[in-house]
Amino acid sequence: MNFEAIKSIYAFEMARTRRTLMQSVVSPVVSTSLYFIVFGAAIGSRVQEIEGVPYGAFIAPGLIMLTLLNQCIGNGSFGIYFPKFTGTIYEILSAPISTAEIVIGYVGAAATKGLIIGTIILATASLFVDITIAHPLLMVVFFVLTAVSFSLFGFMIGIWAKDFEQLNIIPMLVIPPLVFLGGSFYSIDMLPPFWQTVSHFNPVLYLVSGFRWSFFEIADVNPWISLAIVVAFLGACLAVTAWIFRTGYKLKN
Amino acid sequence: MAPIVRIENLTKSYASGFQALKGVSLDIEEGEILALLGPNGAGKTTMISIVCGIVTPSGGRVTVAGHDVVKDFRRTREIIGLVPQELTLDAFETVFNTVAFSRGLHGRKPDPALIEKILRELSLWDKKDTMLRQLSGGMRRRVLIAKALSYEPKVLFLDEPTAGVDVTLRKEMWQLVERLRATGVTIILTTHYIEEAEEIADRIGVINKGEILLVEDKAALMQKLGRKQLTVELAEPLEAVPEGLAAFRLRLGEGGQSLVYEYDTAGERTGITALLAAMAEQGLRLKDVSTEQSSLEDIFVELVGDAK
Repeated sequence: MNFEAIKSIYAFEMARTRRTLMQSVVSPVVSTSLYFIVFGAAIGSRVQEIEGVPYGAFIAPGLIMLTLLNQCIGNGSFGIYFPKFTGTIYEILSAPISTAEIVIGYVGAAATKGLIIGTIILATASLFVDITIAHPLLMVVFFVLTAVSFSLFGFMIGIWAKDFEQLNIIPMLVIPPLVFLGGSFYSIDMLPPFWQTVSHFNPVLYLVSGFRWSFFEIADVNPWISLAIVVAFLGACLAVTAWIFRTGYKLKN
Repeated sequence: MAPIVRIENLTKSYASGFQALKGVSLDIEEGEILALLGPNGAGKTTMISIVCGIVTPSGGRVTVAGHDVVKDFRRTREIIGLVPQELTLDAFETVFNTVAFSRGLHGRKPDPALIEKILRELSLWDKKDTMLRQLSGGMRRRVLIAKALSYEPKVLFLDEPTAGVDVTLRKEMWQLVERLRATGVTIILTTHYIEEAEEIADRIGVINKGEILLVEDKAALMQKLGRKQLTVELAEPLEAVPEGLAAFRLRLGEGGQSLVYEYDTAGERTGITALLAAMAEQGLRLKDVSTEQSSLEDIFVELVGDAK
């Protein structure tokens, strides 16, 4: 194991985060605060409690997930896309490091950044609404697994993307519908039966539902099924990443 | 001693069908400086990229210090340094950090003192905290070299290190190569500039259209270079070289209009005086005399031209 290399990549990526502190940390905090003001305080006060949880608190896990997903995908994809774009990837490819080490470095840094921001959002949320965490350990497990899986997912997008448009297309076009229709702002019980069925094909539903269960013990699906889905998604991302490096897909000629 | 880099029958075809390398074999000895000459698109960069692990070979095999570059990539890449042709650097990193990053990537423990030494040697120390995007082209080239030296490679590939570099920096680069060689580093450089190969290489290879056309000691090549041709144009054509001139091993030019004499400029006597005297004795009337020296450039152009 080339630990120095993993450390170098990780530190390099974290340094990039520090350089862009404003857009990395401040902007998600501002946008989440806006969500809480609008949905939590303004509209939320007129919405009835959902299964005994005030609406403002109900949406907090979903909002944390929304930010976590966006951050992890953004960081994971940009971290590997940029060296590809500038050509500095030559150095990674010609270094004595294995696929696993490259992935640990980049994805580890992207997930760390996501987790830091997620934690800040959680702290921000607790300023607006009362938040209790019923199962802290499970909450952390969901939090970390989601961060790692989606950073890895972002990493794959970064490798696949040919240009900046492709780099942004999934985070901008695919993730928001999945998050908004994944029960971040409502319980899917509120949907007509047809859309309830459709929602079950949305992987984000399981994330949000499981994550919310760890806070309030209310869920759209069994939390253990949620956990299994998250683990399966992580496994799928790992498998694709392994394939990418074995074949050199879009990285090597 | 076994060669430090052994390239055996290396081929590379790209997905487009373009064959960049057509069975290249080359042994590089430890401690030597090998210059690879070739026009654009000859396959120089592809070959280097395969040795360094950036491009996957289609066929053949490369070993570095006895290790296969694909199977044992950790062992080989630890000792290979690469200075790419393109000035590819991060924009927002500082000089010091990017060099330290390269060292870490190659699994070496941080060593700020060594990095300071390298940066000073490349006249970059006063720029150590400067962001890379603020550097000039020449500076960026030096940073790329510093990055490659940061992990103390045993084999260093310099892909067109002096392309687009001013004369001063080029001279500095040559001195650096000389200093590196003194520490036992094997250096392979590609170049368009024949004078560069002449200046610093021990051996010179010529590559074109994915094939190695020639690899020779510079000394041997220079000997060829030292040959000169004296062409004597005659007023009246000859059927054959007169017997009285046989000792000079002359060649009859086209149409018998000229006689060609080859001599070694490095020799004690060129034999020109004797030849001209003998020609006068034979009663030949001379119309004109010209001399011509074959240069590495001629050899190069001839080789590359033939392959077309």
